[in-house]
Order: sequence, then structure tokens, then C-alpha cells
Amino acid sequence: MPKIKIPHKTPHVDMTPMVDLFSLLLTFFMLTATMRPSEPAPIDTPMSVSETPSPDANIMTMVLSADNKVFFNIDNGPDTILHFRPKILQEMGKRYNIEFTPQELRKFEKYSSSFGVDIKNLKSFLAAKEPKDRAQYEKGIPLDSLDNQLAMWVLFARQVNPAVKALIKGDSNADYPIVKKVLDILQDKNVNRFSLVTTLEKVEVVDAKK
Amino acid sequence: MAEIIQEEKQKGGKRKPKKHSTHIDMTPMVDLMCLLITFFMLTTAFSKPKVMEIVLPEKIKKNEKVEPPKIADSRTLNIILGPNDKVYWYPGKADAAALVPLQETNFSATGIRQVLLDRNRALFKKIEQFQQDVISGKINIKQDSLRSAIRKLKTDDDTGPIVLIKFYKKSKYKNLVDIIDEMSIVGIARYIITDINWLEDNMVERALGVPITSAPTAHK
Repeated sequence: MPKIKIPHKTPHVDMTPMVDLFSLLLTFFMLTATMRPSEPAPIDTPMSVSETPSPDANIMTMVLSADNKVFFNIDNGPDTILHFRPKILQEMGKRYNIEFTPQELRKFEKYSSSFGVDIKNLKSFLAAKEPKDRAQYEKGIPLDSLDNQLAMWVLFARQVNPAVKALIKGDSNADYPIVKKVLDILQDKNVNRFSLVTTLEKVEVVDAKK
Repeated sequence: MAEIIQEEKQKGGKRKPKKHSTHIDMTPMVDLMCLLITFFMLTTAFSKPKVMEIVLPEKIKKNEKVEPPKIADSRTLNIILGPNDKVYWYPGKADAAALVPLQETNFSATGIRQVLLDRNRALFKKIEQFQQDVISGKINIKQDSLRSAIRKLKTDDDTGPIVLIKFYKKSKYKNLVDIIDEMSIVGIARYIITDINWLEDNMVERALGVPITSAPTAHK
């Protein structure tokens, strides 16, 4: 008796709707994506009820980490042709007698996250290829009265881009004295209006004795 | 994930031209898309961080003589932020001869907020009433001008407290944000961040029960 051959069919799933959906999602995410640059130190911002969104461009950020290091970041301006970052670095180089090559300036422009590097180490910091090699230079920007580099960064940032707004992004557990120091530096450079970066939190006010 | 599309064999001698199926294998495409979607979902920063704007008064230059503003003692409220999220406050002015004891409270809804609310009730009610009227449609006002209207209410206010915020050296950055936040929650019209003086340093240290470090000679 011959065996009955069962036709061997591969089960086939129609994937077209799935692909449709995926393309849609992919397009959405690609268009809405704003890349989050990796920060050298994790920052846990405190909560507040403020609902003002942070501005997109013309900002300089002072990042205060939980271990009281100060990092600095400045954006490239509202348009990429403005090249604010390399200009500021060039001014800093002039001030501290360090000549930065065009390659280094370009690298600094591309490096978009905040940095906490002594200006004397910035050359080797920019030359480092791996994030691991970079980490050893991230000791925080010096801001004592002898070598106040943060003040210089603020000064040149404001010279190159007068419309720049100061933003302070501090970790909840940063100590107040370091915050005070940064505020003093900003005030010395005539920055009296600045913003603190916070995360939104809802608070209901109940007046108990109404 | 390969897949074989079997073609049925025709019986008989007649050979029909082979029908190629128009089916494209989409599996690799789906694989890739899944990967990309996951990547974009994880890297997207959805919620933008919020900011809180503060304005500090201009620094007085060393050779510049400026009269300190005169404030009524009865209206001032001093808040000193201590370690471990402790909040101390006292009304009026600190006097070395007659020390006012520090009141200890915290950042909870029944803590410093009630203290501020008690003193700022008139203005807080006014702002709240105004917002209610806008919501219920009694006052017709645009959303943008609501903010400036509230600011106007605040600047016109002359009964609420004047809050002096001071920081003990062991307080955290979080406390700074929290206390400014409380100011905006309760609608305090006038507050300022100032330096702590030695007397208040002593008062905090007494309240904490630690050895007193500051002496009158250290500061003015």
C-alpha cells in the first residue's frame, strides 16, 4: 500500500500589515528623535512645579554632579553655520596660550556633551578615542580664585554669543557651597538671570485653614 | 528564517508556463525594522526637561556704596535650610542679645508651606480667586496675559511676607530648588536668596547640637 503523501506546505504569514505598521512607527520615531548626548556624570535633577520647557538653542549649561564636580556645555548656536563652539575654544586657547589645531576645533564642535576638563588637558582629552580614555580627564572645571576657568568659559561664551542663556543643571545631592560658587561666578560676569533645570512634579496646594 | 515556496507540480504531459509567485519574503525587512524601532525608541528623549527661572539682584561692587533697603521687621521671615532636608525659620531679625529660637519644620505639605501660607493667605486667596474666575469665564483673559496678570497682582501686594532664604553650609542643591518651588506654589511676591550670617550659623548649630564654628569676627 502506497503511503499517502501529505503535501508539505510551509505556513506562510502575510507580513504586509506588520511592515506597514513598523514603517509608520519607524518614521515617527526617526522624525521626533532628538539625540540625547551621553553625559559624563549621571545627573538626577530635582523636582519642581515649573512648567516652562527648556530652550533649544543659545544655552550654556553648568552641570553640577553629585560629587561636586562642575561640567560645562555650550551649544553651537541656533544655526550650525555659526560655529560658536570652536570660536569659544579658540578664545579660551588664546587666553591660556594653547594653540588648537583646526582638527581639534572641529572635534570639539562635534563633541556635543558637557565636559569637565582642565583647559591644559583639553588637547589630550580631544585626542582620546575611547570614552574610557576620556574619563580620566573629567575632573571638573577648576573654579577656585587662583585658576577660575569656569568664569573664563562663561565670559567667552557670552562674548561670542551675546544671546546665550545660562542654565544650571544640578544633581539633587550637590552641596550648596558649590552651587553658591557657581552662582557667584555667574554674577561676577553679570549673569543675573538664569534657569535651573528640573523635572516636572505635580503639587496640589491645600489650604488647611480655609 | 529562510522559507521555501513550493511549486505544485502539474500532472500530465502538457506543461504550462511556470507561474512565479509574486510573493516577496519580508522577514529580513521586518527584522531590521524591529531593530531600528527599538533603537529610536530608546534614544528618543520624549519629555523635555523643564526649567525654573530665577533672577538674582545685581552684585554690589566693592567701591560702590548702596544703602541696604529698609524692610519692616514684622514682615520679614527668615528661612534657613539645614542639613538632611531640615528647614528652620524665624520671624523678624536675629539679635545677638535676645536670640529668637529657631522653629524646625520640613518640606512636606504641612511643613514650611503652611507657615508661608499662613502669612501669605491674603495674596494667595487673591491669586486663587483670580484663577478661578478665569477658569469659570467670569474674566475673559488670554492664557499668555494670565501670567503677567498674576505677576501684577504679586508686585502690587504690600502685605505679604518678605522671605529671606539662607543656606547652612551643609544643605543640598535640592533644597534650593525645593524652597524656590515653595515660593511659587504659595505665591510669595518677594523673596531673596542671601548669605547666612554668623549669628544664624550659630543658631542652626545650636539647634543641631553640634559645636559652634562661626565667631562674630569671622564676618562683619
